[in-house]
This record gives sequence, structure tokens and C-alpha cells, in this order.
Amino acid sequence: MEREKLLCLDEAAAGIRCLSLDAVYNAESGHPGGSLSIAEILAYLYFEKMNIDPKNPQKPDRDRMVLSKGHACPALYSVLAMRGFFPETEIPTFRHLGSRLQGHPVMYKIPGVDMSTGSLGQGISAACGMAIKAKRCKEDYKVFAIIGDGESQEGQVWEAAMFAAHYKLDNLIVFLDYNHLQIDGDVRSVMNPTPLDEKFAAFSWYVQVIDGHSIKEIDYAVNNAYKSDKPSVIICNTVKGKGVSFMENNHTWHGKAPKKDDYEKAAAELKAAYEKAREARING
Amino acid sequence: MGNMILADKNSKRVATRAAYGNALANLGEKYSFFVLDADLSGSTQTAIFGEKYPERFINCGIAEQNMISIAAGIAAAGTPAFASSFAMFACGRAFEQIRNSVAYPELNVKICASHAGVTVGEDGATHQFCEDIALMRSVPQMTVINPADATEAYAAVEAILNHDGPVYMRLGRFAVPVIFDKENYSFELGKGIVLADGSDVAIFATGIMNAAALEARDLLTAEGIDAAVINIHTIKPIDKEIIVKYAEKTGRIVTAEEHTVIGGLGSAVAEVTSELCPTRMARVGIEDCFGTSGKAAELLDYFNLNAAGIAAKVKALFR
Ligand SMILES: Cc1ncc(C[n+]2csc(CCOP(=O)(O)OP(=O)(O)O)c2C)c(N)n1
Ligand SMILES: [Mg+2]
Repeated sequence: MEREKLLCLDEAAAGIRCLSLDAVYNAESGHPGGSLSIAEILAYLYFEKMNIDPKNPQKPDRDRMVLSKGHACPALYSVLAMRGFFPETEIPTFRHLGSRLQGHPVMYKIPGVDMSTGSLGQGISAACGMAIKAKRCKEDYKVFAIIGDGESQEGQVWEAAMFAAHYKLDNLIVFLDYNHLQIDGDVRSVMNPTPLDEKFAAFSWYVQVIDGHSIKEIDYAVNNAYKSDKPSVIICNTVKGKGVSFMENNHTWHGKAPKKDDYEKAAAELKAAYEKAREARING
Repeated sequence: MGNMILADKNSKRVATRAAYGNALANLGEKYSFFVLDADLSGSTQTAIFGEKYPERFINCGIAEQNMISIAAGIAAAGTPAFASSFAMFACGRAFEQIRNSVAYPELNVKICASHAGVTVGEDGATHQFCEDIALMRSVPQMTVINPADATEAYAAVEAILNHDGPVYMRLGRFAVPVIFDKENYSFELGKGIVLADGSDVAIFATGIMNAAALEARDLLTAEGIDAAVINIHTIKPIDKEIIVKYAEKTGRIVTAEEHTVIGGLGSAVAEVTSELCPTRMARVGIEDCFGTSGKAAELLDYFNLNAAGIAAKVKALFR
């Protein structure tokens, strides 16, 4: 990928982080940690890779993206708004009574959301359903899904993994947000799901392990996945709360909104990172 | 009955899940039992027990179906087990495990599910479970409890521990008024509690709707309607006696629950009256729709799960 494009996507990821924080702050609730860890993945998919049209969000041949870890929807709503699916001015209504930006993603209600999620473990199965539909109906869209490392404790994830391999769903690409944390603490101390790479490999998936904050590595891995004849999982090493010093690697920021002081500190850090990314892009 | 009511509507507010967490921790010494959770031990408050008795606390990770059957195994091996998560996942996702691994073998598993109803708030419809009472009530052998306040929830924990068999107890996230005085409260499984007597209409309330029902009673008194308020904390087995008594006494019934009007308290009461003493009635609850994001207090008003909503249904019965 050219340097120019990389810099653009870094800037988009930084923008997603700023908007996600604002969404959670204005809602006085929501999930900052797991939103901040997937900013690069979403920036890459929505600004670079996916065949989508904000003016025609339901177009039948579009690529699909299922946010199986639906609680991270502040990041999804942010990228959709930035991409023009709905106005950015709607972001502050997140989680408010009457807003279409529900606490967990709702399809049809929110343009650009391909599947309603929020109950962990189910989105990956829905993504398999979309993928097998494409195969059986001879359509050639791709299906992406993002699952959490904690989420991978759900048995349903492995039922879906078996299904995808059995039906050779090579049009399915799953990002596993390996940020090491869930609500009650480190995934390895709550209920160790590792080694995730070996588990998926044992289920006959094409497995890649990358730095989930590197657009370059995400691009490389997705292009490899396109060539594979198996379902793909891209295990993304990420930092929960990425970009906000006091939220990084801290499980207590999984599902709570910052109060004013913390918000101002966090926003300053994210805005500075955004400005830096913007300058880098402008200066090439 | 010595259940004294704290008449003060502005009494302190405590979530029933908090009472549950404290009760577990305090009963840990007197009784032998396990507590299981599924990555929500801070929210369900089982973490308090977990810190005190780590050897009897088991975090199952985000795997609710597995958790329920693990609890069944522990109970089958001879020790009662509490299993907690959000109601949506503990009861909704693991329904079949509850039916086949817990209820059918009549095991001593106490499913204590928090964050039930719309008062989950901002998380929205995917997390606002308003169908749990209907589901759990339909399962043979299952006892179903929905405490009105923190005092009742606290007392219910010991009561269900002493009850031999599967139990589903519904708990909430939202801090709600404390109605009962701890010193004078005793929990009797399967027995309704008259919170206020009355002769024109009987309001049967369950869970957090009891506080709203008491408020509705005041509104109605001002309009010359004398309403009885009866707390149904045990939805199954339901207290037929008290329902028939008040149906016959008042001739009009309104039920109130933070739950769908299909299959919950309203249905349970209607089943009793339609067979034993057909009575005019109305139901306050979620009107067969999904929840939505918003603050808990806003949502109670939005869905008319408040004093005005109850009073309006009562008045309609007099038209
Ligand atoms: C079936 C189900 N059980 C429990 C929850 C509550 N819950 C929401 S997020 C979460 C932790 C998720 O951890 P992880 O998948 O690692 O997400 P991330 O770290 O990316 O935020 C839990 C237990 C849920 N949403 N769905
Ligand atoms: Mg995680």
C-alpha cells in the first residue's frame, strides 16, 4: 500500500478514536476500551477495502461487516458517520432515548450496520450465514467480522468456526481483537482462551497474527486472506483503550464513560494524536 | 404478618443486585454453596463473595450455557450452586440448559439473574430482558422469585438456599426505593404480601413495580378510589389464595410488572382468576415490544411503568 494511503488511514483511525470517546462521554455510558482497540481495523475496512456505498447502504452486492463484539459500536458508528452513512452531528445522541444510535448496533435502523449484535458469540455465526448465502447464490461479496478475545470463550464461536471450515467459507474474514482484556480482568486469568492461533488452525482456518494497530499489516493480512481457500482469522494484537494513556491495558475502562476531568484529559490526548496524523498526511 | 413498610417514598434507593451480593458474602460462612459467574461478577455483585471465598467462587468466562450446566454438575455432586449473569444471558441464552440440566433433574441450582427488565438502561434492547418470567414460569419444577426491594432480595437469598430445588430469581441494575424495614421483614416463599389494604381495586405488583404501585395508590386515594396493593414476590408457585381473596373483595384487578404483559405476572394472575373467580382486570407491563436505549428512570416513564401508568389502568376499570 502506498505511503499516502497509509497516512490517510492512520488519520481516519485517529478520527474514529476522537468520535468514539465523544460518543461515550455524551452518553455517560458505553464501552471505550474495546472501541479504541479496533480503530485501525475499521478505518482500513470502511475507507479502503470494502465495496460499500454510503448513498446506497443496502446495495445487494456490498461487502458485509458484522461487529460481533457489538458493545464496541461507538467505533462503528464513528466510522460510518465519517464515511457519510449518517451525519457526524448524530454521534452525541448515542444511547439517548429516541436516538437511532442504540447502545448496541441495530440493522435497518442505522444505515451501514449489516447485523444487529450485542449478545456475544452470535455475530460470527451470522457472518457465516452471510458468507454461505453468497456461496450458494453465486454472489461474490466478502464478509468481515470482528470478534473479541473474551467473546471467544462462547461455545458458539467454535460452532461457527467448525461450520465455516466445513463449508469452506473462504469469503469470510474474521478479525479477532486480541486486546487481552475482558470485563473481569485479563482473559488468561478469567478463562484462558489461548492459544487462539492454534485453536483456529486446528479448526482448519487460515490463521495470521499481526499488529492490529498497523494499517500496513492489516492490509497485508487481508490481501493474503483473499487468496486463501479457507476461512480466515486475523488475530490482531491490540491495546485495549489504545490512545488514552490511563485507559490503555486497563480493564476498568471496558464499560464505563469518563467523567469531565478524565474526558478532557483523554480528548486532549486523542486530539493531539489526530493532529499529528493529519500533519503527517499533509506533509506526506 | 410483621412486614413493616417504610412509608417514606423518598427512602434510600438500593439495587436488588447489591443486596444479593452482600447476602451471598454474609451467608458464605453459615452455608456451604458455590457461586458461579460469567465475566460479570462486578455487575452481578458476586465478586463480593468471590473475594471472601475464592475457593467456592468460579468464574466461567463468557460462556453462560456452560456455566448453567457446570452449576448443575456441582449441585448433582451434592452442593447447591448459585449462577449469575445478566438475565438476558443467564436465562435467555441458557434456557435449554436450565430446562434440561437444572429443572428436569430437580437440582439445587439458584439462577440469580441481574440487569433484568428495561432498567438496564443505555445498553438497549439486546440487554433488556422482559421475557424471563414468562420463560422461567413455564418450566416444570422451577420456582420464580422477583423481589420488590433490597430488603426482600436479601431475605430471599437465604430462603431459596433453604428451598430444595431449582430457583430463578430476578434482580435489577437500577437503584430502587427500599420499601421494607430490614428488622421486621420475613420472606415466606409463595406468599403474597399486602402492602396496603383497599376495597375498590387490587393492584398486584411484582419487583420494582411495588414502589410505583404504592405511589399509584396515593394518586387514586386523592380521586376517591381505595386501592389495595399486594406484592407478589413469588410468581411461581403463585399465591392463589390471596389473589382470589382480593379479587372477590374488590372485583377489579390491575397487575404491574417490569416485564412483557405476555406470560408474566399478569398472565399468572389471570390464570388464577379466570378459573376460580373471573374478575375484570388490566395489565401494566411492556406491551409486546422491544426495549430501547435510554436512562433507566426515563425508560420507566417512556413505557408507562410508573404510578401514573398504573393509576390510568385502574381508572379505566371504573369506566
Ligand atoms: C452473551 C453475552 N454475555 C455477556 C455479555 C456482557 N459483556 C459485554 S462485553 C463483555 C466482555 C467482552 O470481552 P471481549 O470480547 O474481550 O471484548 P473487548 O475486550 O474487545 O471489549 C461481556 C462479558 C454479552 N454482551 N453477551
Ligand atoms: Mg478483549
